[in-house]
Amino acid sequence: MQEFLQYFFSGMTNGAIYGVIALGFSMLYRSTDLINFSHGEFVMIGALTMVTLTMGFRIPVLPAIIMTTICVAFLGLLFERLAIRTVRRPEPIVLIIITVGASIFLRGTAMLIWGKDAYAMPSFTPHPPIDIAGARLLMQSIWIITISVLIAGSLHFFYKKTLAGKAMHACAINKQAAWLVGIPFKVMILLAFGISTGMGGVAGTIIAPITMPAYDMGTMLGLKGFCAAMLGGLGSLWGSVLGGFLLGILEALGVGFISSGLKDAMAFLLLLLVLYFRPGGIISAVSVKRF
Amino acid sequence: MESMLRIRNLKCFYGRIMAVKGISLSVKQGEIIALIGANGAGKSTLMEAVSGILRSWTGEIVFEGKSIKGLDPPAVVRSGISLVPEGRLIFPPLNVYDNLRLGAYTRLRQRAKEEVGQSMEMVTALFPILAERFTQPAGTLSGGEQQMLAIGRSLMAKPRLLLLDEPSMGLAPLIVEKIMEVLETLRRKGLTIVLVEQNARAALEAADRGYVFETGTVVLEGKADELLSDRNVKRAYLGKDYEEFDDEQR
Repeated sequence: MQEFLQYFFSGMTNGAIYGVIALGFSMLYRSTDLINFSHGEFVMIGALTMVTLTMGFRIPVLPAIIMTTICVAFLGLLFERLAIRTVRRPEPIVLIIITVGASIFLRGTAMLIWGKDAYAMPSFTPHPPIDIAGARLLMQSIWIITISVLIAGSLHFFYKKTLAGKAMHACAINKQAAWLVGIPFKVMILLAFGISTGMGGVAGTIIAPITMPAYDMGTMLGLKGFCAAMLGGLGSLWGSVLGGFLLGILEALGVGFISSGLKDAMAFLLLLLVLYFRPGGIISAVSVKRF
Repeated sequence: MESMLRIRNLKCFYGRIMAVKGISLSVKQGEIIALIGANGAGKSTLMEAVSGILRSWTGEIVFEGKSIKGLDPPAVVRSGISLVPEGRLIFPPLNVYDNLRLGAYTRLRQRAKEEVGQSMEMVTALFPILAERFTQPAGTLSGGEQQMLAIGRSLMAKPRLLLLDEPSMGLAPLIVEKIMEVLETLRRKGLTIVLVEQNARAALEAADRGYVFETGTVVLEGKADELLSDRNVKRAYLGKDYEEFDDEQR
Protein backbone atom coordinates (compact mmCIF):
# COMPACT_ATOMS: atom_id res chain seq x y z
CA MET A 1 0.00 0.00 0.00
CA GLN A 2 2.79 2.33 0.98
CA GLU A 3 4.60 1.49 -2.22
CA PHE A 4 1.47 2.04 -4.30
CA LEU A 5 0.86 5.40 -2.68
CA GLN A 6 4.42 6.47 -3.41
CA TYR A 7 4.05 5.59 -7.09
CA PHE A 8 0.66 7.24 -7.15
CA PHE A 9 2.10 10.52 -5.82
CA SER A 10 4.89 10.60 -8.35
CA GLY A 11 2.37 9.70 -11.06
CA MET A 12 0.10 12.56 -10.01
CA THR A 13 3.03 14.97 -10.19
CA ASN A 14 4.12 13.90 -13.66
CA GLY A 15 0.50 13.64 -14.70
CA ALA A 16 -0.19 17.25 -13.77
CA ILE A 17 2.70 18.36 -15.94
CA TYR A 18 1.62 16.18 -18.86
CA GLY A 19 -1.83 17.62 -18.38
CA VAL A 20 -0.64 21.23 -18.67
CA ILE A 21 1.44 20.40 -21.74
CA ALA A 22 -1.51 18.54 -23.24
CA LEU A 23 -3.68 21.59 -22.56
CA GLY A 24 -1.26 23.64 -24.64
CA PHE A 25 -1.59 21.19 -27.53
CA SER A 26 -5.34 20.96 -27.20
CA MET A 27 -6.16 24.62 -26.99
CA LEU A 28 -3.99 25.45 -29.96
CA TYR A 29 -5.52 22.60 -31.93
CA ARG A 30 -8.98 23.77 -31.01
CA SER A 31 -8.34 27.31 -32.19
CA THR A 32 -6.16 26.70 -35.21
CA ASP A 33 -6.47 23.03 -36.25
CA LEU A 34 -2.74 22.84 -35.84
CA ILE A 35 -0.54 20.55 -33.79
CA ASN A 36 2.52 22.40 -32.62
CA PHE A 37 5.26 19.80 -32.40
CA SER A 38 7.63 22.38 -31.00
CA HIS A 39 5.44 22.78 -27.93
CA GLY A 40 7.82 20.70 -25.81
CA GLU A 41 10.67 23.05 -26.66
CA PHE A 42 8.71 25.95 -25.22
CA VAL A 43 8.43 23.94 -22.01
CA MET A 44 12.19 23.44 -22.08
CA ILE A 45 12.82 27.13 -22.65
CA GLY A 46 10.48 27.89 -19.77
CA ALA A 47 12.41 25.59 -17.46
CA LEU A 48 15.84 26.91 -18.45
CA THR A 49 14.72 30.55 -18.29
CA MET A 50 13.35 29.84 -14.82
CA VAL A 51 16.72 28.41 -13.76
CA THR A 52 18.58 31.42 -15.14
CA LEU A 53 16.25 33.92 -13.49
CA THR A 54 16.16 32.30 -10.06
CA MET A 55 19.73 30.95 -9.87
CA GLY A 56 21.54 33.48 -12.03
CA PHE A 57 19.69 36.73 -11.28
CA ARG A 58 18.42 35.68 -7.83
CA ILE A 59 14.87 36.73 -8.64
CA PRO A 60 12.23 35.35 -6.19
CA VAL A 61 10.11 32.47 -7.42
CA LEU A 62 6.77 34.16 -8.10
CA PRO A 63 8.06 37.09 -10.17
CA ALA A 64 10.36 34.66 -11.94
CA ILE A 65 7.41 32.48 -12.95
CA ILE A 66 5.55 35.50 -14.27
CA MET A 67 8.57 36.82 -16.17
CA THR A 68 9.29 33.41 -17.66
CA THR A 69 5.69 32.98 -18.78
CA ILE A 70 5.70 36.37 -20.46
CA CYS A 71 9.02 35.64 -22.19
CA VAL A 72 7.91 32.25 -23.48
CA ALA A 73 4.51 33.56 -24.58
CA PHE A 74 6.26 36.36 -26.42
CA LEU A 75 8.47 33.79 -28.13
CA GLY A 76 5.31 31.94 -29.13
CA LEU A 77 3.85 35.12 -30.65
CA LEU A 78 7.08 35.67 -32.54
CA PHE A 79 6.95 32.09 -33.77
CA GLU A 80 3.41 32.53 -35.11
CA ARG A 81 4.17 35.87 -36.71
CA LEU A 82 7.45 34.84 -38.36
CA ALA A 83 7.09 31.16 -39.16
CA ILE A 84 3.37 30.35 -39.33
CA ARG A 85 1.57 33.38 -40.71
CA THR A 86 4.10 33.96 -43.45
CA VAL A 87 3.40 30.57 -45.03
CA ARG A 88 1.99 31.09 -48.46
CA ARG A 89 -0.07 27.91 -48.64
CA PRO A 90 -1.09 27.20 -45.06
CA GLU A 91 -2.09 23.57 -45.39
CA PRO A 92 -2.06 21.59 -42.15
CA ILE A 93 0.71 19.23 -43.20
CA VAL A 94 3.01 22.09 -44.23
CA LEU A 95 2.42 23.91 -40.96
CA ILE A 96 3.02 20.78 -38.92
CA ILE A 97 6.34 20.22 -40.61
CA ILE A 98 7.24 23.84 -39.89
CA THR A 99 6.59 23.22 -36.21
CA VAL A 100 8.87 20.18 -36.33
CA GLY A 101 11.54 22.35 -37.91
CA ALA A 102 11.01 25.02 -35.28
CA SER A 103 11.52 22.43 -32.58
CA ILE A 104 14.94 21.52 -33.99
CA PHE A 105 15.82 25.20 -34.28
CA LEU A 106 14.75 25.99 -30.72
CA ARG A 107 16.64 23.03 -29.30
CA GLY A 108 19.80 24.07 -31.13
CA THR A 109 19.48 27.66 -30.01
CA ALA A 110 18.91 26.56 -26.41
CA MET A 111 22.04 24.42 -26.59
CA LEU A 112 24.05 27.44 -27.72
CA ILE A 113 22.66 29.62 -24.92
CA TRP A 114 22.58 27.20 -21.99
CA GLY A 115 25.11 24.59 -23.07
CA LYS A 116 24.71 20.84 -22.92
CA ASP A 117 24.81 20.38 -19.17
CA ALA A 118 21.76 19.84 -17.03
CA TYR A 119 20.97 22.41 -14.36
CA ALA A 120 19.64 22.00 -10.87
CA MET A 121 17.27 24.24 -8.99
CA PRO A 122 15.82 24.03 -5.46
CA SER A 123 12.13 23.59 -4.73
CA PHE A 124 9.91 26.65 -4.73
CA THR A 125 9.56 26.40 -0.94
CA PRO A 126 12.10 24.68 1.35
CA HIS A 127 9.46 22.65 3.17
CA PRO A 128 10.40 19.03 3.99
CA PRO A 129 8.40 16.26 2.26
CA ILE A 130 5.08 15.40 3.86
CA ASP A 131 4.55 11.90 5.22
CA ILE A 132 1.25 10.29 4.24
CA ALA A 133 0.77 6.66 5.29
CA GLY A 134 4.47 6.01 4.94
CA ALA A 135 4.75 7.52 1.46
CA ARG A 136 6.50 10.84 0.96
CA LEU A 137 4.90 13.67 -0.94
CA LEU A 138 7.27 16.40 -2.10
CA MET A 139 6.26 19.97 -1.44
CA GLN A 140 7.08 20.75 -5.08
CA SER A 141 4.55 18.11 -6.15
CA ILE A 142 1.85 20.02 -4.32
CA TRP A 143 2.93 23.18 -6.08
CA ILE A 144 2.87 21.47 -9.43
CA ILE A 145 -0.57 19.97 -8.97
CA THR A 146 -2.02 23.20 -7.57
CA ILE A 147 -0.65 25.37 -10.34
CA SER A 148 -1.74 22.89 -13.02
CA VAL A 149 -5.29 22.81 -11.75
CA LEU A 150 -5.25 26.60 -11.53
CA ILE A 151 -4.16 26.87 -15.16
CA ALA A 152 -6.84 24.44 -16.32
CA GLY A 153 -9.42 26.36 -14.31
CA SER A 154 -8.46 29.74 -15.69
CA LEU A 155 -8.47 28.40 -19.23
CA HIS A 156 -11.94 27.06 -18.63
CA PHE A 157 -12.98 30.48 -17.31
CA PHE A 158 -11.40 32.16 -20.34
CA TYR A 159 -13.39 30.03 -22.79
CA LYS A 160 -16.69 30.09 -20.91
CA LYS A 161 -16.87 33.59 -19.57
CA THR A 162 -14.81 36.07 -21.57
CA LEU A 163 -15.66 37.63 -24.90
CA ALA A 164 -12.17 36.93 -26.26
CA GLY A 165 -12.49 33.28 -25.26
CA LYS A 166 -15.82 32.94 -26.99
CA ALA A 167 -14.52 34.75 -30.05
CA MET A 168 -11.59 32.34 -30.13
CA HIS A 169 -13.96 29.40 -29.89
CA ALA A 170 -16.05 30.90 -32.69
CA CYS A 171 -12.93 31.11 -34.87
CA ALA A 172 -12.25 27.46 -34.15
CA ILE A 173 -15.80 26.52 -35.16
CA ASN A 174 -15.87 28.48 -38.39
CA LYS A 175 -13.15 30.93 -39.31
CA GLN A 176 -15.05 32.51 -42.18
CA ALA A 177 -18.22 33.02 -40.15
CA ALA A 178 -16.23 34.54 -37.30
CA TRP A 179 -14.48 36.87 -39.70
CA LEU A 180 -17.78 38.00 -41.21
CA VAL A 181 -19.15 38.73 -37.76
CA GLY A 182 -16.19 41.05 -37.25
CA ILE A 183 -13.78 38.89 -35.27
CA PRO A 184 -10.24 39.40 -36.55
CA PHE A 185 -9.24 35.74 -36.73
CA LYS A 186 -5.57 36.46 -37.32
CA VAL A 187 -5.40 38.22 -33.97
CA MET A 188 -7.19 35.27 -32.41
CA ILE A 189 -4.69 32.80 -33.84
CA LEU A 190 -1.86 34.94 -32.54
CA LEU A 191 -3.51 35.06 -29.14
CA ALA A 192 -4.00 31.28 -29.16
CA PHE A 193 -0.30 30.80 -29.85
CA GLY A 194 0.59 33.20 -27.04
CA ILE A 195 -1.64 31.46 -24.51
CA SER A 196 -0.62 27.97 -25.58
CA THR A 197 3.13 28.59 -25.47
CA GLY A 198 2.72 30.65 -22.30
CA MET A 199 1.16 27.62 -20.65
CA GLY A 200 4.09 25.56 -21.91
CA GLY A 201 6.34 28.10 -20.22
CA VAL A 202 4.52 27.74 -16.91
CA ALA A 203 4.80 23.96 -17.18
CA GLY A 204 8.54 24.45 -17.63
CA THR A 205 8.88 26.65 -14.56
CA ILE A 206 7.07 24.26 -12.23
CA ILE A 207 9.01 21.18 -13.25
CA ALA A 208 12.40 22.90 -13.25
CA PRO A 209 13.07 21.95 -9.59
CA ILE A 210 12.36 18.23 -10.08
CA THR A 211 13.77 17.37 -13.50
CA MET A 212 17.30 18.77 -13.92
CA PRO A 213 16.43 20.93 -16.94
CA ALA A 214 18.61 20.63 -20.03
CA TYR A 215 18.35 21.70 -23.65
CA ASP A 216 17.09 18.30 -24.81
CA MET A 217 14.31 17.75 -22.28
CA GLY A 218 11.61 19.23 -24.51
CA THR A 219 11.18 16.50 -27.07
CA MET A 220 10.14 13.77 -24.67
CA LEU A 221 7.92 16.11 -22.66
CA GLY A 222 6.28 17.32 -25.84
CA LEU A 223 5.59 13.79 -27.02
CA LYS A 224 4.20 12.77 -23.64
CA GLY A 225 1.99 15.83 -23.60
CA PHE A 226 0.82 15.01 -27.10
CA CYS A 227 0.06 11.44 -25.99
CA ALA A 228 -1.90 12.79 -23.04
CA ALA A 229 -3.86 15.12 -25.31
CA MET A 230 -4.67 12.28 -27.71
CA LEU A 231 -5.55 10.03 -24.80
CA GLY A 232 -8.04 12.48 -23.38
CA GLY A 233 -9.31 13.70 -26.72
CA LEU A 234 -7.47 16.34 -28.71
CA GLY A 235 -9.31 19.62 -28.49
CA SER A 236 -11.10 18.81 -25.25
CA LEU A 237 -9.70 20.82 -22.35
CA TRP A 238 -10.77 18.62 -19.46
CA GLY A 239 -9.97 15.57 -21.57
CA SER A 240 -6.39 16.78 -21.79
CA VAL A 241 -6.10 17.20 -18.04
CA LEU A 242 -7.62 13.76 -17.52
CA GLY A 243 -5.33 12.25 -20.15
CA GLY A 244 -2.34 13.83 -18.45
CA PHE A 245 -3.13 12.41 -15.02
CA LEU A 246 -4.02 9.02 -16.47
CA LEU A 247 -0.77 8.85 -18.39
CA GLY A 248 1.30 10.02 -15.43
CA ILE A 249 -0.24 7.58 -12.99
CA LEU A 250 -0.17 4.55 -15.31
CA GLU A 251 3.41 5.35 -16.20
CA ALA A 252 4.43 5.52 -12.55
CA LEU A 253 2.62 2.27 -11.72
CA GLY A 254 4.15 0.58 -14.75
CA VAL A 255 7.61 1.62 -13.66
CA GLY A 256 7.00 0.59 -10.07
CA PHE A 257 5.30 -2.75 -10.51
CA ILE A 258 6.57 -4.01 -13.87
CA SER A 259 9.86 -2.55 -15.00
CA SER A 260 11.56 0.83 -15.04
CA GLY A 261 12.45 0.22 -18.67
CA LEU A 262 8.78 0.61 -19.44
CA LYS A 263 8.57 4.29 -18.46
CA ASP A 264 8.56 5.85 -21.91
CA ALA A 265 7.14 2.83 -23.67
CA MET A 266 4.07 3.06 -21.45
CA ALA A 267 2.95 6.35 -22.97
CA PHE A 268 3.19 5.14 -26.52
CA LEU A 269 1.62 1.79 -25.72
CA LEU A 270 -1.33 3.65 -24.25
CA LEU A 271 -1.49 5.94 -27.26
CA LEU A 272 -1.60 2.97 -29.62
CA LEU A 273 -4.37 1.35 -27.59
CA VAL A 274 -6.41 4.53 -27.54
CA LEU A 275 -5.95 5.13 -31.24
CA TYR A 276 -7.02 1.55 -31.86
CA PHE A 277 -10.11 1.43 -29.68
CA ARG A 278 -11.21 5.02 -29.37
CA PRO A 279 -9.55 7.16 -32.03
CA GLY A 280 -11.23 10.33 -30.80
CA GLY A 281 -9.79 9.99 -27.29
CA ILE A 282 -11.61 9.30 -24.06
CA ILE A 283 -13.59 12.54 -24.27
CA SER A 284 -13.97 13.04 -28.00
CA ALA A 285 -14.22 16.71 -28.83
CA VAL A 286 -13.56 16.43 -32.52
CA SER A 287 -14.43 14.01 -35.22
CA VAL A 288 -11.41 12.11 -36.42
CA LYS A 289 -10.14 12.68 -39.90
CA ARG A 290 -7.13 11.14 -41.50
CA PHE A 291 -4.61 12.96 -43.58
CA MET B 1 -31.29 61.05 -53.59
CA GLU B 2 -27.66 60.02 -53.27
CA SER B 3 -27.34 56.23 -53.35
CA MET B 4 -26.14 54.44 -50.23
CA LEU B 5 -24.25 51.70 -51.99
CA ARG B 6 -22.91 52.25 -55.45
CA ILE B 7 -21.15 49.57 -57.45
CA ARG B 8 -19.59 50.49 -60.73
CA ASN B 9 -18.06 48.13 -63.28
CA LEU B 10 -17.25 45.48 -60.68
CA LYS B 11 -15.16 42.55 -61.84
CA CYS B 12 -14.39 39.75 -59.39
CA PHE B 13 -11.77 37.09 -59.83
CA TYR B 14 -11.19 33.65 -58.38
CA GLY B 15 -7.62 33.16 -59.46
CA ARG B 16 -7.84 33.65 -63.21
CA ILE B 17 -11.54 33.01 -63.52
CA MET B 18 -13.72 36.09 -63.75
CA ALA B 19 -16.91 35.31 -61.85
CA VAL B 20 -18.43 38.79 -62.06
CA LYS B 21 -17.86 40.54 -65.36
CA GLY B 22 -18.49 44.21 -64.93
CA ILE B 23 -21.59 44.83 -62.86
CA SER B 24 -22.99 48.21 -61.93
CA LEU B 25 -25.79 48.74 -59.47
CA SER B 26 -26.97 51.19 -56.90
CA VAL B 27 -28.97 50.90 -53.71
CA LYS B 28 -30.76 53.84 -52.14
CA GLN B 29 -31.30 54.39 -48.43
CA GLY B 30 -34.32 52.41 -47.23
CA GLU B 31 -34.70 50.18 -50.27
CA ILE B 32 -35.04 46.42 -50.46
CA ILE B 33 -33.17 45.15 -53.50
CA ALA B 34 -33.36 41.60 -54.80
CA LEU B 35 -30.57 40.05 -56.81
CA ILE B 36 -31.88 37.01 -58.61
CA GLY B 37 -30.49 34.57 -61.10
CA ALA B 38 -29.40 30.99 -61.47
CA ASN B 39 -26.63 29.23 -59.59
CA GLY B 40 -23.20 30.54 -60.51
CA ALA B 41 -24.49 33.81 -61.93
CA GLY B 42 -22.18 35.80 -59.64
CA LYS B 43 -24.68 36.97 -57.02
CA SER B 44 -22.88 35.43 -54.07
CA THR B 45 -19.53 36.53 -55.42
CA LEU B 46 -20.79 40.09 -55.40
CA MET B 47 -21.79 39.63 -51.75
CA GLU B 48 -18.35 38.31 -50.92
CA ALA B 49 -16.73 41.34 -52.53
CA VAL B 50 -18.93 43.82 -50.66
CA SER B 51 -18.44 42.07 -47.32
CA GLY B 52 -14.66 42.07 -47.71
CA ILE B 53 -14.04 38.32 -47.89
CA LEU B 54 -13.12 38.41 -51.54
CA ARG B 55 -10.29 40.87 -52.09
CA SER B 56 -9.45 40.31 -55.74
CA TRP B 57 -11.80 42.65 -57.53
CA THR B 58 -11.54 45.73 -59.69
CA GLY B 59 -14.00 48.54 -60.19
CA GLU B 60 -15.71 50.59 -57.56
CA ILE B 61 -17.71 49.75 -54.46
CA VAL B 62 -18.69 52.88 -52.58
CA PHE B 63 -20.67 52.78 -49.35
CA GLU B 64 -21.96 56.08 -47.96
CA GLY B 65 -19.47 57.98 -50.06
CA LYS B 66 -16.45 55.92 -49.02
CA SER B 67 -14.73 53.24 -51.04
CA ILE B 68 -14.49 49.89 -49.29
CA LYS B 69 -11.48 48.81 -51.33
CA GLY B 70 -8.93 47.08 -49.13
CA LEU B 71 -11.17 46.73 -46.07
CA ASP B 72 -11.27 43.33 -44.38
CA PRO B 73 -14.59 41.93 -43.08
CA PRO B 74 -14.24 43.34 -39.54
CA ALA B 75 -13.61 46.81 -41.01
CA VAL B 76 -16.60 46.44 -43.33
CA VAL B 77 -18.75 45.46 -40.34
CA ARG B 78 -17.53 48.52 -38.44
CA SER B 79 -18.38 50.74 -41.40
CA GLY B 80 -22.02 49.60 -41.21
CA ILE B 81 -22.50 46.63 -43.56
CA SER B 82 -23.40 43.17 -42.27
CA LEU B 83 -23.74 39.99 -44.27
CA VAL B 84 -26.01 37.09 -43.35
CA PRO B 85 -23.96 34.42 -45.10
CA GLU B 86 -25.20 31.62 -47.30
CA GLY B 87 -25.83 28.51 -45.26
CA ARG B 88 -26.28 30.71 -42.16
CA LEU B 89 -22.88 29.80 -40.64
CA ILE B 90 -23.97 30.12 -37.05
CA PHE B 91 -21.73 28.69 -34.32
CA PRO B 92 -23.53 25.41 -33.48
CA PRO B 93 -21.82 24.47 -30.17
CA LEU B 94 -22.23 27.93 -28.66
CA ASN B 95 -25.57 28.84 -27.17
CA VAL B 96 -28.00 31.23 -28.81
CA TYR B 97 -27.16 34.11 -26.52
CA ASP B 98 -23.42 33.83 -27.21
CA ASN B 99 -24.05 33.60 -30.93
CA LEU B 100 -25.95 36.88 -30.77
CA ARG B 101 -23.40 38.54 -28.52
CA LEU B 102 -20.56 37.62 -30.86
CA GLY B 103 -22.50 39.41 -33.58
CA ALA B 104 -21.78 42.58 -31.63
CA TYR B 105 -18.09 41.71 -31.22
CA THR B 106 -16.74 44.87 -32.86
CA ARG B 107 -19.07 47.05 -30.78
CA LEU B 108 -18.28 45.27 -27.53
CA ARG B 109 -14.61 45.83 -28.28
CA GLN B 110 -15.40 49.53 -28.50
CA ARG B 111 -17.04 49.31 -25.06
CA ALA B 112 -20.54 50.06 -26.31
CA LYS B 113 -22.10 47.70 -23.78
CA GLU B 114 -25.38 49.53 -23.21
CA GLU B 115 -26.07 50.01 -26.90
CA VAL B 116 -25.42 46.31 -27.44
CA GLY B 117 -28.00 45.61 -24.74
CA GLN B 118 -30.51 47.68 -26.70
CA SER B 119 -29.72 45.77 -29.88
CA MET B 120 -30.25 42.53 -27.99
CA GLU B 121 -33.69 43.74 -26.93
CA MET B 122 -34.47 44.79 -30.49
CA VAL B 123 -33.46 41.38 -31.87
CA THR B 124 -35.40 39.43 -29.27
CA ALA B 125 -38.44 41.59 -29.91
CA LEU B 126 -38.11 40.77 -33.59
CA PHE B 127 -37.56 37.04 -32.97
CA PRO B 128 -39.12 36.17 -29.58
CA ILE B 129 -38.32 32.50 -30.16
CA LEU B 130 -34.59 33.27 -29.84
CA ALA B 131 -35.08 34.64 -26.34
CA GLU B 132 -36.79 31.40 -25.36
CA ARG B 133 -33.81 29.45 -26.67
CA PHE B 134 -31.05 31.63 -25.16
CA THR B 135 -29.25 28.86 -23.27
CA GLN B 136 -29.68 26.20 -25.94
CA PRO B 137 -26.76 25.32 -28.24
CA ALA B 138 -27.45 26.98 -31.60
CA GLY B 139 -26.98 23.65 -33.39
CA THR B 140 -30.15 22.29 -31.79
CA LEU B 141 -32.39 24.94 -33.37
CA SER B 142 -34.60 24.18 -36.36
CA GLY B 143 -33.57 25.46 -39.77
CA GLY B 144 -35.89 28.43 -39.62
CA GLU B 145 -34.75 29.36 -36.13
CA GLN B 146 -31.14 29.10 -37.25
CA GLN B 147 -31.86 31.51 -40.08
CA MET B 148 -33.48 33.89 -37.61
CA LEU B 149 -30.42 33.55 -35.41
CA ALA B 150 -28.13 34.30 -38.34
CA ILE B 151 -30.14 37.42 -39.17
CA GLY B 152 -30.28 38.41 -35.51
CA ARG B 153 -26.53 37.95 -35.16
CA SER B 154 -25.93 40.26 -38.12
CA LEU B 155 -28.32 42.84 -36.69
CA MET B 156 -26.33 42.85 -33.45
CA ALA B 157 -23.59 44.69 -35.33
CA LYS B 158 -26.14 47.50 -35.87
CA PRO B 159 -25.69 47.68 -39.63
CA ARG B 160 -27.20 50.36 -41.85
CA LEU B 161 -27.00 48.00 -44.83
CA LEU B 162 -27.95 44.35 -44.40
CA LEU B 163 -26.90 41.82 -47.03
CA LEU B 164 -28.60 38.44 -47.09
CA ASP B 165 -27.29 35.54 -49.13
CA GLU B 166 -30.00 32.95 -49.82
CA PRO B 167 -31.98 33.40 -46.60
CA SER B 168 -34.72 31.07 -47.84
CA MET B 169 -32.43 28.16 -48.62
CA GLY B 170 -33.82 24.88 -47.33
CA LEU B 171 -36.73 26.49 -45.48
CA ALA B 172 -40.44 25.75 -45.67
CA PRO B 173 -42.53 28.32 -47.62
CA LEU B 174 -44.30 29.46 -44.48
CA ILE B 175 -41.02 30.30 -42.78
CA VAL B 176 -39.70 32.01 -45.88
CA GLU B 177 -42.77 34.21 -45.77
CA LYS B 178 -42.15 35.01 -42.14
CA ILE B 179 -38.55 35.97 -42.83
CA MET B 180 -39.61 38.23 -45.69
CA GLU B 181 -42.07 39.89 -43.32
CA VAL B 182 -39.26 40.52 -40.89
CA LEU B 183 -37.24 42.15 -43.65
CA GLU B 184 -40.18 44.43 -44.35
CA THR B 185 -40.34 45.35 -40.65
CA LEU B 186 -36.63 46.09 -40.64
CA ARG B 187 -36.94 48.30 -43.68
CA ARG B 188 -39.65 50.32 -41.94
CA LYS B 189 -37.12 50.87 -39.17
CA GLY B 190 -34.81 52.43 -41.71
CA LEU B 191 -32.57 49.52 -42.65
CA THR B 192 -31.47 49.11 -46.24
CA ILE B 193 -31.49 45.53 -47.49
CA VAL B 194 -29.92 43.66 -50.38
CA LEU B 195 -31.17 40.16 -50.84
CA VAL B 196 -29.65 37.42 -52.99
CA GLU B 197 -32.15 34.70 -53.80
CA GLN B 198 -32.73 31.72 -55.99
CA ASN B 199 -36.29 31.80 -54.76
CA ALA B 200 -36.97 34.65 -57.14
CA ARG B 201 -40.67 34.99 -56.50
CA ALA B 202 -40.38 35.38 -52.73
CA ALA B 203 -37.52 37.84 -53.17
CA LEU B 204 -39.25 39.98 -55.79
CA GLU B 205 -42.48 40.05 -53.81
CA ALA B 206 -40.59 41.55 -50.88
CA ALA B 207 -38.33 43.84 -52.88
CA ASP B 208 -38.73 47.32 -54.38
CA ARG B 209 -36.33 46.76 -57.23
CA GLY B 210 -34.48 43.80 -58.62
CA TYR B 211 -31.50 42.90 -60.72
CA VAL B 212 -31.39 39.72 -62.78
CA PHE B 213 -27.97 38.10 -63.03
CA GLU B 214 -26.77 35.75 -65.70
CA THR B 215 -23.22 34.37 -65.95
CA GLY B 216 -21.60 37.29 -64.23
CA THR B 217 -23.52 40.19 -65.74
CA VAL B 218 -26.77 41.99 -65.06
CA VAL B 219 -29.17 41.16 -67.90
CA LEU B 220 -32.23 42.93 -66.58
CA GLU B 221 -33.07 45.44 -63.92
CA GLY B 222 -36.18 47.24 -62.86
CA LYS B 223 -39.03 47.60 -60.40
CA ALA B 224 -39.78 44.34 -58.63
CA ASP B 225 -43.41 44.12 -59.77
CA GLU B 226 -42.36 44.74 -63.36
CA LEU B 227 -39.80 41.97 -63.12
CA LEU B 228 -42.41 39.69 -61.61
CA SER B 229 -44.55 40.09 -64.69
CA ASP B 230 -41.71 40.11 -67.20
CA ARG B 231 -42.12 37.16 -69.53
CA ASN B 232 -38.45 36.27 -69.66
CA VAL B 233 -38.05 36.39 -65.91
CA LYS B 234 -41.19 34.34 -65.54
CA ARG B 235 -39.94 31.67 -67.82
CA ALA B 236 -36.43 31.48 -66.52
CA TYR B 237 -36.73 32.11 -62.78
CA LEU B 238 -40.25 31.96 -61.49
CA GLY B 239 -40.64 28.27 -62.25
CA LYS B 240 -43.73 28.50 -64.40
CA ASP B 241 -44.44 25.49 -66.54
CA TYR B 242 -44.12 26.11 -70.22
CA GLU B 243 -47.68 25.05 -70.66
CA GLU B 244 -49.00 27.45 -68.09
CA PHE B 245 -46.76 30.09 -69.59
CA ASP B 246 -48.22 29.46 -73.01
CA ASP B 247 -51.73 29.63 -71.63
CA GLU B 248 -51.08 33.05 -70.28
CA GLN B 249 -49.80 34.25 -73.59
CA ARG B 250 -52.92 33.26 -75.44
